[in-house]
Amino acid sequence: MTFALELKDLHKRFGQTEVIRGLNLAVPQGERVGIIGPNGAGKSTLFNLISGRVVPSSGDVLLKGQSLKGKKPFEINRMGLSRSFQISQIFPRLSVFENLRCGVLWSLGYKYKFWKFLADLDDANDRTRTLMAALQLDQKRDVLAMDLSYAQQRALELGITLAAGSSVILLDEPTAGMSQSETTRFTGLIQEVTAGKTLLMVEHDMGVVFGLADKIAVLVYGQLLAYDTPDAVRRNAQVQEAYLGTYAEN
Amino acid sequence: MEFFAISLLNGISYGLLLFMLSSGLTLIFSMMGVLNFAHASFYMLGAYFGYTVTSVLGFWPALLLAPLGVGLLGAAFERYFLRRVHKFGHVPELLITFGLSYIIVELVQLIWGRSSVDYRIPVALDGPLFSLFGARFSMYRAFMMAVAVAMFGLIWLLMKRTRIGLVIQAALTHPQMVQALGHNVPRVFMLVFGGGCALAGLAGVLGGNAFVTEPGMAYSVGGIIFVVVVVGGMGSLTGALVASLLIGVMQTLAVATNTFNQVAPMLPYLLLVLVLIWRPRGLLGTREG
Amino acid sequence: MRRFLVWALFANVLLVAPLVFDSSLSQSLLSQMGIAIIVCLSYNMLLGQGGMLSFGHAVYSGMGAFLAIHTLNGVSGGLALLVSLVPVVGGLGSMLVAAVLGWVTTRTAATPFAMITLGIGELVWSMALMFPEFFGGEGGVTGNRVTGSAPLGVSFGPQIQLYYLIAIYTFVCTALMFAFTRTPLGRMLNAVRDNPERVAHLGYDPQMVRYLSFVIAAFFAGISGGLAALNFEIVTSDVVSGTRSGAYLLFTFLGGSTFFFGPIIGGILMVLAFVVLSEFTKAWLLYLGLAFVLMVMAAPGGVASLIMMNWQLARKGRLRQLGVGYLALAVTAVTMLLGAGAMIEMLYHLQLDSALGPELKFMGATLDCRGLDSWFGSALVMLTGGGLFELSRRQFARDWSLIQLRMAQDRLLGELP
Repeated sequence: MTFALELKDLHKRFGQTEVIRGLNLAVPQGERVGIIGPNGAGKSTLFNLISGRVVPSSGDVLLKGQSLKGKKPFEINRMGLSRSFQISQIFPRLSVFENLRCGVLWSLGYKYKFWKFLADLDDANDRTRTLMAALQLDQKRDVLAMDLSYAQQRALELGITLAAGSSVILLDEPTAGMSQSETTRFTGLIQEVTAGKTLLMVEHDMGVVFGLADKIAVLVYGQLLAYDTPDAVRRNAQVQEAYLGTYAEN
Repeated sequence: MEFFAISLLNGISYGLLLFMLSSGLTLIFSMMGVLNFAHASFYMLGAYFGYTVTSVLGFWPALLLAPLGVGLLGAAFERYFLRRVHKFGHVPELLITFGLSYIIVELVQLIWGRSSVDYRIPVALDGPLFSLFGARFSMYRAFMMAVAVAMFGLIWLLMKRTRIGLVIQAALTHPQMVQALGHNVPRVFMLVFGGGCALAGLAGVLGGNAFVTEPGMAYSVGGIIFVVVVVGGMGSLTGALVASLLIGVMQTLAVATNTFNQVAPMLPYLLLVLVLIWRPRGLLGTREG
Repeated sequence: MRRFLVWALFANVLLVAPLVFDSSLSQSLLSQMGIAIIVCLSYNMLLGQGGMLSFGHAVYSGMGAFLAIHTLNGVSGGLALLVSLVPVVGGLGSMLVAAVLGWVTTRTAATPFAMITLGIGELVWSMALMFPEFFGGEGGVTGNRVTGSAPLGVSFGPQIQLYYLIAIYTFVCTALMFAFTRTPLGRMLNAVRDNPERVAHLGYDPQMVRYLSFVIAAFFAGISGGLAALNFEIVTSDVVSGTRSGAYLLFTFLGGSTFFFGPIIGGILMVLAFVVLSEFTKAWLLYLGLAFVLMVMAAPGGVASLIMMNWQLARKGRLRQLGVGYLALAVTAVTMLLGAGAMIEMLYHLQLDSALGPELKFMGATLDCRGLDSWFGSALVMLTGGGLFELSRRQFARDWSLIQLRMAQDRLLGELP
């Protein structure tokens, strides 16, 4: 069976500091993995390694069985992987609709065409409209992204990530900075929109992670402390000691 | 052989002059992210101020007063104009220095006229320092090199051994953090901008009489120092030094020969294109911009 | 529907302009404006749409001009090509040059990109004197547009015929460049401007997006150069100079880089400044520099953004409320500028025209450049105007903010159920 995502003895050093120290992971297709761990554990670096933003010092990442060695972010995205960012990376001077449509274009094969009008691309426009509705941003269709509220920008960020319909999705702290009600709504949205896809999600909010994930991966100091079902992780003594603290007792 | 040795020395002195110019540019760029398009115009101002002060007070006071004047103008520009566009981003900052370069050239022509001025090497320094295999190395060139080296020594001391130098070094890479620690970073910016311009002015005082002092001098040297900064690697002082010496020597040697005389103006830009093909970061680049 | 009307209006203006302004000077100006509009629009593909600050765009318009004039000479020598298609040759040629040089250029962004374009611009310009067979040396290359076959009796001898050719090219090129902004590549170019890293994570190679747009922009720049070759029938090396590139930047920015029509205004201003303003005063470059600096500080979106901001107010019926404010600003500004202008002109007169005597005609009045009262008077006018302007400006700023606040209120109330 080909795993959706595999990490094979992944290492990353920044100068003298080793941030990722030999990660091995195999995520089957359709699985939802919550990645937790203290700050500085290397979670964002891990995502950067997988998405091609940063080059591994050694080891390899395989996407659906294919090695990502030497591949640039846009090549990796074309192979079927999308990621979101902790700090929203949107297009500030484009409208909400345009932002989302940008995410859709390549996957529908429109590439670098300059002899077709955007207004005529029915499939792109339909998909964008559907996505916008799912994100509940249709009221803000023509609002410039820089004029949105924080939560709306996070929603847009999620939308751009999901627009291409990639089968493997990485979400980096999607609910960071949101209120409780926003978080609940957003988590439901994520669940809905990523149905059937392979999902890796970094989160600090334990409620979100434990509710959404099939498996939990615990990352501490660049190493995988555990990769198991939520209940098993909760009961894991090492994890309790290193990270969970009082939550484990609940 | 004698030609080569003297030309090499001349090239090095020209290269050091270029470094004096490009170091100010690099410092300003490193700290503020602003590429000062008017930097070569401050060089020109230094030359013209040097000329005027020399005719009134003599060369030696000019060596001190002209760069000071240029530095003050630079600091005032930063304080009252550049700072205002900071909030619009890096492109408007570059554009305002671009506009300033137009204005300075026009004002210089207005005050000093459109033809070159007779800015001469002081008599005391006019003449050969020594002869090498029959060819002469001018005293003034040696003087230029000496001043350049002394200047760098002073700056190095300032940066490494004083408190303000420490703050500047920190603000070079992490301005927000330095401000959070309570230092007056805007004032530091003004100082560095003014200091960079003063360096350019000093280069002008020295170079203006060795080469020609005319309104077109900003344009001709402006292109070269941008090449220096990009080839050396944006944000790297060592890179700027290496690139300055390389280009200074290359230019001087080319101009002095018969075969390469015609292509001499083209060489720095050819080097730029080649370096960018082979190594887009420049020789020792740190900051991409 | 409204869009169609705007284009129809544009076409009509192009058609009718030389009939309204029918002196030969006007026709020449209008021809040059058409050329300038095309090149400034092409420049804004890089600057406004792509966030690419180029200091070397004149390379592409210039190469187009040189290729066109050589082609024109070829037509004179028997080449079977319509003169009206010569600019297209210029465009294709520039595109080829851009295909080669653009690959290196677009590898970087922002400041390094600006520096590379500057370097390449200087490289090409310094080569211009080295290859006189192509660049014509000091005298440039001349040609004759009244050559080849003359279909329908159109020989392009009279300026008016050439104007209409330019007008057709201007309309078509503007339409094509506008259409570009509505294509996938055009939109992704905007995205690359806003966030190139994000674009990479959406499957697009940001460099490829920039590169293709760069080549397309060069095509239109080349067409502009080709039209210029036909218009002036001579091409000299300063069509590839850094000064020329600087002018494109300055006027595109002045016209407004954030709106599509901004560069159209910029192109018109460029011709007016270079041809008309330079005749009126020797200080025109200084005025240009000052206007540019002012624009960067006060309205970085250019004239177009100022127009659009007021248009927004007009649509909501609130522009009237600023009528008095604008009047006050205008009167005080004019006063201040008259005073400043008088002093600048006197300075220039002393420096450049002193052989003509100390008297200077300025706006109908005679000033004595050596007379203290002229200087005193001008300074007084400037300072008074300046002081009053500052007062009006502050009041205007208050009025403006108040209106913006009320408009925001209306918007919010409109959103309530």
